[in-house]
Amino acid sequence: MAVREPGAGALAVPGPDEPAGSPAPEVAAARGSWRLMLATFAENPLALAGVGLVVLIVAFCFIGPLLYKTNQVTVNLNINNIRPGGKYPLGTDNDGFNVLGRLMVGGQSSLELGFAVSIATSVIGTLYGAIAGLAGGLVDAVMMRIVDTFLALPTLVLLLILVNVFPPSLWVIILLITALSWLSVARLVRGEVLTLREREYVQAVRAMGGSSWRIVTRHLIPNSVGVIIVNATFTIADAILYLSALSFLGLGPPPPEVDWGGMLSNGLDFLFDGYWWLVYPAAIILILTVVAFNLIGDAIRDSLDVRLQRR
Amino acid sequence: MTGYLVRRVGQAIAVVIGVMIVTFILIHMEPGSAARAALGAKATTGRIAIFNRAYGLNQPLWDQFGTYVRQIFEGNLGYSYTQQQPVSTLIEQRLPRDIVLLGTSTVLAVLIAIPMGIFQAVRRNKATDFTLTGVSFTLYAMPDYLLALLLIALFAVQFHWLPPNVPSTTSVGGLLADPKALVLPVITLTLVSVASFSRYQRSSAIEVLAQEYIRVARSKGMPSRLILLRHVLRNSMLPVVTLIGLTIPSIIGGAVIAEEVFNFPGMGLLFFQAATMHDFPILLGSTLFVGVATVAGSLLADIAYAALDPRVRYGRT
Repeated sequence: MAVREPGAGALAVPGPDEPAGSPAPEVAAARGSWRLMLATFAENPLALAGVGLVVLIVAFCFIGPLLYKTNQVTVNLNINNIRPGGKYPLGTDNDGFNVLGRLMVGGQSSLELGFAVSIATSVIGTLYGAIAGLAGGLVDAVMMRIVDTFLALPTLVLLLILVNVFPPSLWVIILLITALSWLSVARLVRGEVLTLREREYVQAVRAMGGSSWRIVTRHLIPNSVGVIIVNATFTIADAILYLSALSFLGLGPPPPEVDWGGMLSNGLDFLFDGYWWLVYPAAIILILTVVAFNLIGDAIRDSLDVRLQRR
Repeated sequence: MTGYLVRRVGQAIAVVIGVMIVTFILIHMEPGSAARAALGAKATTGRIAIFNRAYGLNQPLWDQFGTYVRQIFEGNLGYSYTQQQPVSTLIEQRLPRDIVLLGTSTVLAVLIAIPMGIFQAVRRNKATDFTLTGVSFTLYAMPDYLLALLLIALFAVQFHWLPPNVPSTTSVGGLLADPKALVLPVITLTLVSVASFSRYQRSSAIEVLAQEYIRVARSKGMPSRLILLRHVLRNSMLPVVTLIGLTIPSIIGGAVIAEEVFNFPGMGLLFFQAATMHDFPILLGSTLFVGVATVAGSLLADIAYAALDPRVRYGRT
């Protein structure tokens, strides 16, 4: 899980000094390249599949429970482990919860966590990276060593320590995963800022007396928004996986809170009893969701890299 | 080059100090206190005071940090009260097994991922590329524990080919003498790593394939196989291999889960058991160890990169 550590897949593979961004001409035609990007994105069948899947899954989790009302709070052992069919399309679990309904409710936690972590890490990481990149010198060095420090420590390991300190609820876990996930965004944005700030148009703003704040908000952030979005989609997927790992290790949010990982690890206890409906529905929707966000992220990255389009 | 080396080593030292500060802060975030953890919940205030004085816990934080750093340099990573052993001894016992497990699976992953990524790059956006992309995305999206348990269900329960777990007393020699128990954990960790390494390799190879020198090689009539071996393989794998240094933390994260599922007696299992028993000395001692190992790993990778790649000329960053 989450082996894709630095920059969450946004492959800034070129050596440290090579500018990761695209060459100058595209910047001049910024609006045109955005349209081109959207067009390339729309042409990519995998990207559209990803978007379609996310829309379907979000609708399933958030609109589904309005149409299909089930009890997901009180345990009813009279109806536990019922096979799928009839009144229970996906059966019931060990506590007598309707599995189909539980997938919807569990998905809400997983998706809420994913989106919340993704938004929070993007904002924090962007500001941090922009400040470090623009400040340069000692400030930059200290800020980046802090990032390196946390990147050197395994996220899952730190999470396991921190849930020992803070009793886990969904919100605490969101905060903890956020606290450990903004680092790669910060590094990416700093890298972008370092290349962008040497560009003529940024120098021109400075020469005309534009403030640093203006440079950051009007030029640097809009021009790095691509890598930020790519990273944000990967972060959603990774956060959902972290939550599922925590739930599997028994350190996730306590009941009645439920997420797909919790359902899955609960179902895996019965893997060898033939209760397949406790394992595969949760596994499939979890995998589909993570794959969908990864497909979207990958496609945005491909369409951002305008250099590839000219080949 | 020398300037780069000095700066890079300086950065590594700064990060190691950062890691020590983080673990030191986490020690002080331990719920209750170290004294209560050691003496039990019924300890009297008097005994706690004696304990605190004996271990210097009543001194200013700054002095305590100094003591902490000095102890680390003496090889003292703390004492586990639940296991009644020094943390360094526990790590020493388990580390060799992890080197076998994680070393084998990471090397295998690299050996599979590099050809796979190049193959995908050559067949970019063709059916085979899409299929392999689908496979690696699915593997990446699959929680490690699910993959591990499905492998157990298939190979251990269904076919009885391989044992589902590792005897917890096995030494490294025992592991190597009877490697059957290693197969499933190694497959799990390999597949998880292949999923992400091959993505990196694919992008890196696509980048290389678009370079001018590839076109030159093609137009002078060089056979495709030679182009792939001499130019694409060499140039595209370098960044990917250095990247592996940075993935050490997540490899360890995967090891925690895989070792829990297979009951593999490595550092991951030690760590997981410590997390469920609130054994902070083990948690922080091994975190510190992993942090320092990661810093050392990525430092070595960067130096190797700078030494091997003649294009790299590091100026001021």
